[in-house]
Amino acid sequence: MSLLKTEHIGMTFGGLKAVSDFSIEINENELVGLIGPNGAGKTTIFNMLTGVYAPTEGKVFLGETVVNKKKPYQIVTMGLGRTFQNIRLFKELSVIDNIKIAFHKDMSYSTVSAVFRGKKYWKEEKEIDIKARELLGLFNMEEDANVLSSNLPYGKQRKLEICRALATNPKLLLLDEPAAGMNPQETKELMETIAFIREKFKVSILLIEHDMSLVMGICERIIVIDYGRVIAAGTPDEIKSNEKVIGAYLGQ
Amino acid sequence: MDKKVISGYIKNITAIMVVYAIIFYLIQIKVINNYYNGILILAGIYIIVAASLNLATGYLGQLALGHAGFMAIGAYTAALFAIAVDLPKYVELVAGLILGGVVAGIFGLIIGIPALRLRGDYLGIVTLGFGEIIRIALLNLSFTGGAAGLKGIPRYVNFTEIYFLVVLVIAFLFAFIRSRHGRAILSIKEDEIAAESVGIPTTFYKVYGFVVSAFIAGVGGGALGFYQRILDPKKFNFMFSVEFFIIVVLGGMGSITGTILAALALAFINEFLYSIDELRLVIYALTLIILMIFKSDGLLGRKEFSLIKLLNRFSKKTKIENAD
Repeated sequence: MSLLKTEHIGMTFGGLKAVSDFSIEINENELVGLIGPNGAGKTTIFNMLTGVYAPTEGKVFLGETVVNKKKPYQIVTMGLGRTFQNIRLFKELSVIDNIKIAFHKDMSYSTVSAVFRGKKYWKEEKEIDIKARELLGLFNMEEDANVLSSNLPYGKQRKLEICRALATNPKLLLLDEPAAGMNPQETKELMETIAFIREKFKVSILLIEHDMSLVMGICERIIVIDYGRVIAAGTPDEIKSNEKVIGAYLGQ
Repeated sequence: MDKKVISGYIKNITAIMVVYAIIFYLIQIKVINNYYNGILILAGIYIIVAASLNLATGYLGQLALGHAGFMAIGAYTAALFAIAVDLPKYVELVAGLILGGVVAGIFGLIIGIPALRLRGDYLGIVTLGFGEIIRIALLNLSFTGGAAGLKGIPRYVNFTEIYFLVVLVIAFLFAFIRSRHGRAILSIKEDEIAAESVGIPTTFYKVYGFVVSAFIAGVGGGALGFYQRILDPKKFNFMFSVEFFIIVVLGGMGSITGTILAALALAFINEFLYSIDELRLVIYALTLIILMIFKSDGLLGRKEFSLIKLLNRFSKKTKIENAD
């Protein structure tokens, strides 16, 4: 059964058609790339999938539920995590607090329990402290736990954002230009991280990226869009030799 | 609960009791006379309301300029309740304060749900307007005593009552902020879109934080009524809201201990500047400008003063000295 399916979704802003007739199906343990020129509508698609925008046409399914009208935080609880094109960390908070905030939905103690420091408070806080440190440990960031996240180097900030998205326990992870602003060395590390995440967390990944070495190197399937429409889909080799894609995006 | 936490509690409670005992003794032997006692009580009320505003502005990141309105609602509710019923002092006091807080909280909910869709300046304007509506309503209603003010409120608040009320409010805020709910509130200030994308119901927490803030402001207002014995609607004007805002900015947005410090300082400065009232706001503005130049995030920034940390540092030092 597919994790995520869209049926002919489209998005219109006033008179502008940003995306039209976009259909996709992502199954378990897949790694799919979404590429296209700037302004093609890639991030708009991400925003529709994650509930930031409600599609003006078509339907989005997570599992078997239609999630068109769900809010972003509800969609997260259904197993869809994301990162942002321009990093959006909680800058003035420590690294570990960034992760702990993402565990919010797994906790249930009440305000009363919090204020009177009840048993449930201590138990749950201890649990997520351990879980958060474990997660940071997997990414070799346990020493940075108490650092302000804005003080981290750029590559680690990207990593922390992915880490935070993983803390929401997603089945499908959407990465919006994870390699933007990275040097070749950092991009290589990122590719290893992505491979590691798939292995360890058994998540499917849908990523937007302009770095062709990364996209062609790790994606199993690629979808190319231009002017809000799908112009090609297939394996990296098929995409590389597709005339339309070369004309619109890759260049000769 | 581990031992460290318990020993921390014991140290803090001891410190609270010692400070109380010292000030109480000074009041008894008249070193702190009635005049200064009064300023201390007002400072306590300032701390409560400014701390509540810090929750809405410093932690939740919403510009709220109508806290005098919530205070007024709390003050009039508590006072009218105490005048209407005939119960033992402390029952009336506690029930009155809670009732004042609850009614202020309900108003917070009513204006919070539509207003929190707005951001920044717009929210500021809406809350400002709300504060003015409350003031004008109180001026023109008959059961509140109108422009002549509400008289005959029993004096239930003295130094002891206000001291422990402040302790209660501050303890509540600390515990609240350092929980999953507090983290959710902090994340909204940092980045609302990111917060939503990791599963925080941001609308809920914005309204929730705002209502809690209004509740505490209402309690503070109730305490003001029980101390002054007379309520004048003209007091709860826009400038009164701004004064709390100044305290929060001075102390540091997102620092409760900073708020305590700034509230104490401002309460005393206020009294000394009473004779030159027209210059008061000029001096406030100057203070703010100077602070913005030299320490733009307020006295304590986002840091908190911690007795435990201070003691730990102290004991470490002495240990090293002993070892030498």
